[in-house]
Amino acid sequence: MAKITKEEVIEVAHLARLAITDEEAVHFADQLEAITNAMELLNELDTENVEPTTHVLPLVNVMREDKSIEGLPRETVMKNVKEHEGGQVRVPTILD
Amino acid sequence: MKLADKTAKELQELLHSKELTIADLTKATFERMKELDPKVDAFLALNEEQATTQAAEMDQTEAGERGPLFGLPIGVKDNIVTEGLETTASSLILKGFNPIYNATVVDKLREAGMIIVGKLNMDEFAMGSSNENSYYKNTKNPWNLETVPGGSSGGSAAAVAAGEVPFSLGSDTGGSIRQPAAFCGVVGMKPTYGRVSRFGLIAYASSFDQIGPITRTVKDNALLLNAISGHDEKDSTSANVEVPDFTAALTGDIQGLRIGVPEEYFAEGVSEASKQAVKDALKVLEEKGATWEEISLPHSKYALSTYYILASSEASSNLSRFDGIRYGYRTEKAGSLLEFYMNTRSEGFGDEVKRRIMLGTYALSSGYYDAYYKKAQKVRTLIKQDFDKAFENFDVIVGPTTPTPAFKIGEIIDDPLTMYANDILTIPVNLAGVPAISVPCGFDNGLPLGLQIIGNYFDEETVYRVADAFEQATEFHKETPQTWEGAAQ
Repeated sequence: MAKITKEEVIEVAHLARLAITDEEAVHFADQLEAITNAMELLNELDTENVEPTTHVLPLVNVMREDKSIEGLPRETVMKNVKEHEGGQVRVPTILD
Repeated sequence: MKLADKTAKELQELLHSKELTIADLTKATFERMKELDPKVDAFLALNEEQATTQAAEMDQTEAGERGPLFGLPIGVKDNIVTEGLETTASSLILKGFNPIYNATVVDKLREAGMIIVGKLNMDEFAMGSSNENSYYKNTKNPWNLETVPGGSSGGSAAAVAAGEVPFSLGSDTGGSIRQPAAFCGVVGMKPTYGRVSRFGLIAYASSFDQIGPITRTVKDNALLLNAISGHDEKDSTSANVEVPDFTAALTGDIQGLRIGVPEEYFAEGVSEASKQAVKDALKVLEEKGATWEEISLPHSKYALSTYYILASSEASSNLSRFDGIRYGYRTEKAGSLLEFYMNTRSEGFGDEVKRRIMLGTYALSSGYYDAYYKKAQKVRTLIKQDFDKAFENFDVIVGPTTPTPAFKIGEIIDDPLTMYANDILTIPVNLAGVPAISVPCGFDNGLPLGLQIIGNYFDEETVYRVADAFEQATEFHKETPQTWEGAAQ
């Protein structure tokens, strides 16, 4: 049975770029532990010689001719951007 | 004349004979939505101005140029992008997002002449089985407003069940069309993976997600699937296979059809009422000339764990695009870039989404990848093989859609494992990628139950044939919920 600690949850949240409080970490640790324990059920199965399925249908590469095509107009793309200036996305200062 | 009682074919006849104009139908639809939606809470955004203009223009079209869905209203799940119409996937992180292009299915609806009347509530990013994970509001089940409509396409199913719209689109990743269709007593189809383009569907778990139709009758469902199917070069997972006319399969003839009934779908946890309703349904199908046999899909009990590992892993990757930079919600509280990302995502996502992102990140992280993710992919192969083997001997597989009817709002929201178990009978279908439909097959204490009919790859025709034969022989689809009574139109 996997034991998931508060510290592990904080580490995973960090990897997933989620800020969580200590209280939330404890709560999620309990829930994730219950969920991952339920998933241990899969260990009953011997899958040594089984190929993994990533996709149910045969996938093929979709290639197109190497030619330039017009993209979306810049002003259209900027419509959902919180702040923009001179045709560029404006983000908070990240370097001093 | 009550328009909400009419099927697509009947509405079309009224439009053709000019007894009804498209403008009048559209107006009546909005009137009914405004009367019923304060109770049901199915819609997040209405598209009244654009729809009214479109309807008036379309009334000028000659009858000969009108297809079978021309002028008919439809609601669209809020994870399918609609140009100029707010699309949020029921998340705060996309509040105010106005897409700059249409999903392929939306273009196809427009080509078919359908009128998009609004966007439908859902569980945030399609994660949930009850519609209680929407940031905006809880949709209610029209059959009993204290119960959930199911999820994640709960808004899509409830709007059709309440007669607000005759058609809607949902999306199904682990049962999200069929489970709410069963809870709301309507017809919900998850097509074969690849049958319908996913371009413009906000991704949750890409190797499972599939858009599909929700309607009140099987015929209407087949008509809508006709309209949205087909290969799309914008979606690399779209299958380049022929699309038959699904309505041509509705012959009512199922003589000699072979049905497999998996013993695992009648296991502990499935209510007696659900089991009995399916047994009764099998008698109906037998009377129509089909035969059935008990079969085994031996890896079914592993489907839930497999699904939650794989879907959460895909979700953790897909949802990394929501960073507050190019669109969507942006935090006000940030010092460093890292804080900016972390605060934006923590404030923008709800608990269930965070839980699945973390579960997926955990399953994909170094040290656990083989134990969880790779293992689950291998078990997925075994589950797929169960179906392949069954379809060597049977035309369809039949069982209950859900273990129980709709549960009360708030009853299991704090218990993720019990909530996840709601999709136990629908998830194997998504893992294998085969098509399946849910049709109404009974009631338990006044709440609808669903019959699930599963078909072989790209054999939606047989699924529809069986569903239609059952519908023709029974009256369940004619029942309407209490919210329906006394409402306008």
